[in-house]
Amino acid sequence: MIPTDYYIFLGTGLFAIGVIGVLTRRNVLIILMSIELILNAVNINLVALSQYFKSVDGQVFAIFVITDAAAEAAVGLGLIIALFRNKETVNADEIDLLKW
Amino acid sequence: MLEYIWLIPAFPLLGAAIQLFFGRRSSNRVVSAVSVGLPGFSFLWALGCFIQFLGLPETYHHVFLRPLYTWLPAGAFHLSNGSLGNLSVNVGMQLDPLSCVMMLVVTGVGFLIHVYSIGYMAHEGGYYRFFGYLNLFMFSMLVLVLADNYLMMFVGWEGVGLCSYLLIGFYFLRKSASDAGKKAFIVNRIGDAAFLLGVMLMVVTFGTLDFHWITEAARSGQFAIGSGVITIICILLFIGATGKSAQIPLYVWLPDAMEGPTPVSALIHAATMVTAGVYMVARSNALFALSPTALALVAGIGAATAIWAASIGLVQNDIKRVLAYSTVSQLGYMFLACGVGAFTAGVFHLMTHAFFKALLFLASGSVIHALSGEQDMRKMGALKTRIPTTYWMMGVAALAISGIPPLAGFVSKDEILWQSFAGPYGHRLLWAVGWITAGLTAFYMFRLIFMTFWGESRVPHDVEHHIHESPQPMLIPLVTLAILSIVGGFIGWPKSLLGGEWFGKFLEPVFEGNPSLPSHDYGQGIEYFLMGLSVVTAIAGISIAYWMYVQQPALSDRVSGALAGFHRVLLHKYYVDEIYDALFVNRVKDVGSALAAFDLGVVDGGVNGVGWTTRMSAELSRLWDTWIIDGLVNVMAFIVKILSWPARIVQTGLVQNYAWFITVGVMVFMLYYVFH
Repeated sequence: MIPTDYYIFLGTGLFAIGVIGVLTRRNVLIILMSIELILNAVNINLVALSQYFKSVDGQVFAIFVITDAAAEAAVGLGLIIALFRNKETVNADEIDLLKW
Repeated sequence: MLEYIWLIPAFPLLGAAIQLFFGRRSSNRVVSAVSVGLPGFSFLWALGCFIQFLGLPETYHHVFLRPLYTWLPAGAFHLSNGSLGNLSVNVGMQLDPLSCVMMLVVTGVGFLIHVYSIGYMAHEGGYYRFFGYLNLFMFSMLVLVLADNYLMMFVGWEGVGLCSYLLIGFYFLRKSASDAGKKAFIVNRIGDAAFLLGVMLMVVTFGTLDFHWITEAARSGQFAIGSGVITIICILLFIGATGKSAQIPLYVWLPDAMEGPTPVSALIHAATMVTAGVYMVARSNALFALSPTALALVAGIGAATAIWAASIGLVQNDIKRVLAYSTVSQLGYMFLACGVGAFTAGVFHLMTHAFFKALLFLASGSVIHALSGEQDMRKMGALKTRIPTTYWMMGVAALAISGIPPLAGFVSKDEILWQSFAGPYGHRLLWAVGWITAGLTAFYMFRLIFMTFWGESRVPHDVEHHIHESPQPMLIPLVTLAILSIVGGFIGWPKSLLGGEWFGKFLEPVFEGNPSLPSHDYGQGIEYFLMGLSVVTAIAGISIAYWMYVQQPALSDRVSGALAGFHRVLLHKYYVDEIYDALFVNRVKDVGSALAAFDLGVVDGGVNGVGWTTRMSAELSRLWDTWIIDGLVNVMAFIVKILSWPARIVQTGLVQNYAWFITVGVMVFMLYYVFH
C-alpha cells in the first residue's frame, strides 16, 4: 500500500509543473497541455483523498473533471485554430487582445 | 370706320408684336409682307376715317372724340385756385383737322418709307428687328397724334423717343451708333422732364388733361392774357418740344442721330417724330395764345435755330449731316411760324417738309446705297448720269426746300415768312432771319446736289464699278414723294396768288377763337415784294452754289481758305458739343466720379471696416477658444492621462502576464494564511 502522502506529493509536483508550464511557455498548445497537467494533478489528489477518507465522492468528482477536460480540450483546440487563422501565430506573448 | 379709329395705331402695334416675338424665325419675305402690309392697312384706314370725318355734319366738324376706356380715375382733389377738381384720364382718340393732317402724314409717309426699307435693308442683318422697331414707332407716333389728352400724348411721346433710340442704335456694334442713340435719349429726357412738369402743372391748374376741355378753359376768358401760370406751362411744354424737335439748346442729338439707317433718318428724324414738338405746340395753341411771352420765346428760338443750323449745314461734308442740319433749320421755321401765331403756316410747313425732307433723305439713302455705303460728299460727284432717277427726284426735293415756285416748299415757307413779317406777333427782325436762312438753305441744298451729282467724279475706283440705280421698292416711294413735293403746295396756295388756301380753311376750327392781336396791315404790294425777294434769294443761293461748285470748283476752297477761322468754327458746329461736354456732360461725370469715390471710400470703407472688425473679434474669440477653453479641456485630459499611467502599464493584454498575477496573488494569500 502506497501511503497517501506520495500521491499528494505527486499531485503537487504535477500541479507545479503545470503551473510553470502555463506561466512560462509561449506556445498556446503547450499551455493547453499544461492546463491538462494541472487538471490531472487535481484528479490524482481527488482520487487519493477519496481513498484516504473512504468516500467515493472524490472519485465521482474526478470523473466529472475528466469529462470537463475533454470538453475543454475540444473547445480550446477550436479556439487555437480560430486564433491561428486570424493572427497567424500561436505564441501567447504575441497576442494582446485583452489590452484595451 | 371712325368708330374703329383705334385700329389705325393697332395695325402697326400688331406688326411690331409679330416681328419682335416671332420675326427671328421668319423669312425676309414674310417679315416685309407683314410689317409693310399692316402700316399700309393703317394708311387705308386713316384715309377712310378722313373721308368719313369730312362727311360729318358741320357741328361735329371741329372734333370727333372716341374715348376707349378710363385709364386713370384719379378722383377728387384741390386745384391750385382752391376749387375741387376731378381728374380722370381716358385712353381715347381725338380726330380734328390737326390730327387728321398728322395722321395722314404719319401713315402715308410712314408707309412709303416702309416700302423703301424693303429695298434698302434687304442685305442687312436684323431685318425683322428693324421692321419691328419701325412698326412700333408707327404705333407710338399714331398714339401721339391721335391721343385726346396730354398724358396719352406723353405716352406716345416717350414711345417715339424709345423707338428713336432703338433705331439710331440699330447698328449697335458700332460704338458711334450706340453713343448717338444714348445721346438722343438723354437729351430728349431733359425736354421730356419739362413736358411732364408742364402736364402736372396743367393738372393742378385745369383739373383735366383733355385737349378739348383745356382749350375750352383757355378760351373761356378765365385766364388773363399774359397769365403767369399759363406762361410757365407754355414754356415747359416748349422746352419739351425743343428736345423732341431739336431746337436750340437741345438740338445736338439730331445730327448724331444720322448714325441710324437712312430710312429711319427719313421717317423719324425728318418727317414725323421731330415734328411732334411742332404738333404739340400747335395742339396747345389756345394756351400759347394766352402768353405773348411764350410765343415770343418760341418765335425767337425758332428763328435762331433756323439760321444757326443752316449756317452749320453750309460746310458739312457728310451728305446726311447736311440734311440733318437742314431738318433742324426747317423745324426752326415751323416754330417761328407757331411763335408768330401762324399755327396754320407751321403745320402746313410741317406737312410739306415731311414730303420733301423724307424724299431728300430717301434719295440720299439711294445715293449711299449706290456707292456701297459712302456718305462723304467729297468722294462723290458726276452721279447724275449713273443714277438718273435718284438725281431727278432729289433735284425736285432740293428745289422744293429752296422755295422755288410752284413747289410745295415755296408755298409753305413763303407763308411763314409773310406771317413772321405781317402776322399778329410778327417782327421785321424775325422775317429778316427767316429770309437769310432761306438763301442759306438754297445754297447748302444745291451745294449738296452739285457736289453729289455734278462736276467730276471723285468716287474711288473700286466703288465706281458697283454704282447702280436702286431697286424698284426704293424708287417708287421716291417718285411718289416727289409728286407730293410738287403738288403738295397747291392745297394751301395763298389767296394773293389766286389760290384757295383750303389747308388753312380746313385747319381753322382748331385755331379759331384765340384772343389775338390784329395783323399788321402792310398791303398786298409788300407781300408780292417779299415773295419776289425770297424767290430771288433762293435763285441767288442756287446760282452761288453753281458758281462755286460747278463752274469754279477751286473757288470753294479759296473761300474757305480766306475765311479759315470761321470755316473751322462752322465745320466744328460752333463747338457746341465741346461746350456742352465741358459745361454739363463732364460736370455730370465729375459728380459721378465723386459719387463713385464716395462709394469706394466711405460706403465700401464702412462695409469693409465692419467686416474687418468682425474678423478681428472672431480672431480674438478663436484665441480664447484654442488657448483657454481647449486648454482647460486638454489639461483635464492630461491629468487623467498622468494618473492613469500605473493602471495602464499593468494592462499588457498578454494572457500569461495575467496568469502570473493570479499565481503570485494566490501564493501571497497562501503565504499569508500559512504564516499568520
